[in-house]
Amino acid sequence: MFEEVGTTTEGDLIINLGPQHPATHGVLHLVITLNGEIIKKVEPHLGYIHRSIEKMTESLSYRQFIYVTSRMDYLSAHINNHACALCVEKALQLEVPQRAQYIRVIMDELTRIASHELWWGAMAMDLGAFTPFFHAFREREKINEIMEETCGARLTMNYMVPGGVMVDLHPDFQKKVKAFIQQYKAKIHEYDELVTGNIIFQNRMKGIGYLSAEDAISYGCTGPVARGSGVASDIRKIAPYDVYDKVEFDEVLQTEGDSFARYMIRIQEMHQSIKIIGQLIDTIPDGNFQAKTKAVIKLPKGEFYQRVETARGELGVYIVSEGAAQPYRIKYRSPGFSNLSALDHMVRGHKIGDLIAAMGTLDLVIPDIDR
Amino acid sequence: MTKEELKIQILTLLPTVSFEETGEWLQVLVAAEDWKLFAQQLHTSAELQFDYLFCLTCVDWKTHLTMVYHLTSTTYRHNVVIKVKLDSVNPFIETVSDIWRTAEFHEREVFEMFGVNFLHHPDLRKLILPDDWIGYPLRKNYEDPINMIKL
Repeated sequence: MFEEVGTTTEGDLIINLGPQHPATHGVLHLVITLNGEIIKKVEPHLGYIHRSIEKMTESLSYRQFIYVTSRMDYLSAHINNHACALCVEKALQLEVPQRAQYIRVIMDELTRIASHELWWGAMAMDLGAFTPFFHAFREREKINEIMEETCGARLTMNYMVPGGVMVDLHPDFQKKVKAFIQQYKAKIHEYDELVTGNIIFQNRMKGIGYLSAEDAISYGCTGPVARGSGVASDIRKIAPYDVYDKVEFDEVLQTEGDSFARYMIRIQEMHQSIKIIGQLIDTIPDGNFQAKTKAVIKLPKGEFYQRVETARGELGVYIVSEGAAQPYRIKYRSPGFSNLSALDHMVRGHKIGDLIAAMGTLDLVIPDIDR
Repeated sequence: MTKEELKIQILTLLPTVSFEETGEWLQVLVAAEDWKLFAQQLHTSAELQFDYLFCLTCVDWKTHLTMVYHLTSTTYRHNVVIKVKLDSVNPFIETVSDIWRTAEFHEREVFEMFGVNFLHHPDLRKLILPDDWIGYPLRKNYEDPINMIKL
């Protein structure tokens, strides 16, 4: 792959960005064709962290396979687990206790905030601003502490299981989440003051990496990438799962389709997540945190598909079952994979420095793409 | 649109399809030679407008392969699952990457993992695996004594 470096017959320069490059946030390898500073083509080469999770899962039980999914999109580990748990529950037609549903949604939204915070800090760092990273991690650390207390882990939680959640909430959970919300509300304006309003930042984001609504749909973009182009694609609204139909929140949409629109979507989504948690945290019902399931889960013969909204977009879990204790075939439709396919279209004709800005707003997590 | 209404609409486009009743969404079985034209009609039909391909994958059934396309309409929010049966020895099917551009990457993945040949695909190369990889890892008969750990 690396021998591709050089010049083409037209005099264009071919260079590699990655797989070891701080702005690719992991082992993403882009082969870029440049005319001077202008991008003519961007070609992703994937697979540096490919573990063949789909093949692995074919020999894992329905209790075990959830643990592997935490390693896909490690910033949305809860939501990946949630998708798998929901898919198994759908196949078993299992009723999940209300308490578990509340806990899951609160955890999902905390994850979403933590993920967006990391994105915000890292993206500002891509553009050369170092301070935002510390601000973002200050708040993210609080969420990680809350997670650690209840789930026993900070990143790969494996907290959601078929039928509910693994263990009950820590006694301090509600108190700490409420304290976090209060503190977060007081701090979130700093984000806008520090980065959003900055004129240099706006000049680097506005009009860069334009993606029209038609292209966003055609490329299968989801999540903030699609919503930045004005495509309503929030699974929490389209096909609500657990208690998402009971909470009030807005699906944030922007129609500009540029990097700045995608940036604004994520900033506003953090406010919406706070709103969702605020509605649920005081009313977590008592009762069981897990429905009774058999020790060995066997799904009926058939095909089951579950979609959820992760921090990056739509995650689809497609299970083909032959009635055994392991899935016959499993497919993860990961949001990053489809979002990345639009990158070439987005950045053609822009300068190479803008590629980093545009790629930052895609919020790529490489293990999620490679699986 | 309900499943029954979708059925009527789809039958007017292509009368030779058959349906499978299991599952959450309507499943349509299409012959490989009809697929390309049918896909175009699904996309352009004013009543259906399946403009968003949200999942494209393949299942190895040992005797044959099945391509599975999950489609939805961003206007009407109805879903459909299209299945196309392929020969497992020499599988080939027309690409749909010119209709839904997301298919370009997904088809490349299916190409390297299952060995399905997508005719008229603009850039059919390995995407995730190294260029010199031999075999199709997600096939059921795939053996790799070094990299695969049997549980």
